[in-house]
Amino acid sequence: MDSVLQAILQDLEKTFAAKGSEFRGQASLLVPADQIVAAAQALRDQHGFGMLAALSAVDYWPQPQPRFHVVYQFKNIPQKLRLELRVALDGNEPELDSISSIYPNANWHERELWDMFGLRIKNHPDLRRILMPEDWAGYPLRKDYPLGYEEVEFTFNFEEIEQRKPRPKE
Amino acid sequence: MTISQIEITSDELRHLVSNRALEGETLLLNMGPQHPSTHGVLRLLLELDGEKVVSCIPDVGYLHTGIEKNIEAKTYEKAETMTDRLDYLNTMGNNLAYCLALEKLVDLDVPERAQAVRVIFTELQRISSHLVWLGTHALDLAAMSVFFYCFNQRERILDIMEMCSGQRMMTTYFRPGGLWRETAAGFEEAVRAFIDDFPRRVDEYEGLLSKNPIFLDRTKNVGVMSAEQGVAWGITGPSLRGSGLAYDLRKEEPYSGYEQYEFDIPVASEGDVYARYWVRMQEFRQSLRIVRQALDKLPKGPFRSSNRKFVPPPRAELGTSMEAVIHHFKLWTEGFSAPKASVYVAVESPRGELGVFLEGDGGPKPYRCYWRTPSFVNLQILPLLSKNHLVADLVAIIGSVDIVLGDVDR
Repeated sequence: MDSVLQAILQDLEKTFAAKGSEFRGQASLLVPADQIVAAAQALRDQHGFGMLAALSAVDYWPQPQPRFHVVYQFKNIPQKLRLELRVALDGNEPELDSISSIYPNANWHERELWDMFGLRIKNHPDLRRILMPEDWAGYPLRKDYPLGYEEVEFTFNFEEIEQRKPRPKE
Repeated sequence: MTISQIEITSDELRHLVSNRALEGETLLLNMGPQHPSTHGVLRLLLELDGEKVVSCIPDVGYLHTGIEKNIEAKTYEKAETMTDRLDYLNTMGNNLAYCLALEKLVDLDVPERAQAVRVIFTELQRISSHLVWLGTHALDLAAMSVFFYCFNQRERILDIMEMCSGQRMMTTYFRPGGLWRETAAGFEEAVRAFIDDFPRRVDEYEGLLSKNPIFLDRTKNVGVMSAEQGVAWGITGPSLRGSGLAYDLRKEEPYSGYEQYEFDIPVASEGDVYARYWVRMQEFRQSLRIVRQALDKLPKGPFRSSNRKFVPPPRAELGTSMEAVIHHFKLWTEGFSAPKASVYVAVESPRGELGVFLEGDGGPKPYRCYWRTPSFVNLQILPLLSKNHLVADLVAIIGSVDIVLGDVDR
């Protein structure tokens, strides 16, 4: 790993009680959930990570602790560094602070987290569903959300299947 | 019309429009989702003062296909066919991002020849994607003939892709560990014929647009974005390079042997629609340079890794080797497993940073596959860029950001 990145990692580990790890040369840091805004601020202002490259989550259901990992990918353009930050969240209705005041493009990413995983983002300027219709029930990318499929219709069971097919709301 | 009459969601949107909308002083107008200049099914809720855009609220998701969810239910190799359908103008690029992420996750080698062919195809794909962008962008600005010229040339690239992969668009030609099969006979000649002929076409397009007073009027000083804004909003690709920052992942974090090729990163400093147009026009030429170099030193050798734990054996081996039969059976029934870990790999798509976050759980199916698609991120800055511009300029700005709705909605 890059020595500059190593120093940044050590600094963050100390300040935020974070836990670092590495896989195939990619650095990752597990940050406590209540520290994420401060950590993002420090990354941008002190360590030059000016761009939030990607933001997503992973659901570890049925494991309750942690149930979710929120994964941030930061990019430092001048020094050509990448850093992954992870936040562990417990329970079925977790809450997380928004970093959209620091990285404005987190806005849509966090709406996607709410839409797809049901992570309630605190202090978000515009928390609505983004990809699914606004009256959608459930959070599609959670692991306990079933993958839907279309039943094959034949002449003998056509009407039966048509009847129980889910329809969009009127 | 006042906001309360619009629809049930008006309460939710109230914080996004100005107070004047509540009095009915400004007009709220829907643009899209069925509107040719929104390049797909993008819906914009516009607040207009006369013809001036006061605020613009993008509403995406009309093309949501649930590909990320579907990928979790397929084996690593089968899931790849889904990746074509994300950004349907950059199918090979999506394949490449997915394969690179997977190869990194399982630590799989890719032979030199496969890497060079991958570079040739992704660069051809970049040209064809830019051709669609140029044609539709010019069409939005009322220059109709460019559209026909561009689609004519794009067809030649699709023919080359069909020649090798059997498909014009949904190719799935790159596979984990290399390519699906060896390039077709006549591939090199066809590519060479194209790259020899294409430079004069680029000149032709530039002749039609670059000094056209109507085009200049519509594009200069419209939708200006600064480099600082671009970085803060995560904008990448030609849109960021049009604002003066030479940020290109092919140079920054070379993959697939891009470090061997000589090419420049075109950068314009104005940050307006014209600058983004100019950058993409130069990228045509740079892509041609890369293709020519890759073609000149196209190495001979295997087109796919020989690591049988991940790559199925060639058909001929099945008749003679018991082990090959076992590998074949295992790979096509169960698939191969990836470790319980995650990687994030980004490549430079025609629209910017295309990132794949792939997490394995030790089994044969991806546990999570997240696509950081450039169109989704780049679209977010649209309200900022279109503020206080005319509706006609908004159309130019949408075109210049170059979004593909399949890429936005995933």
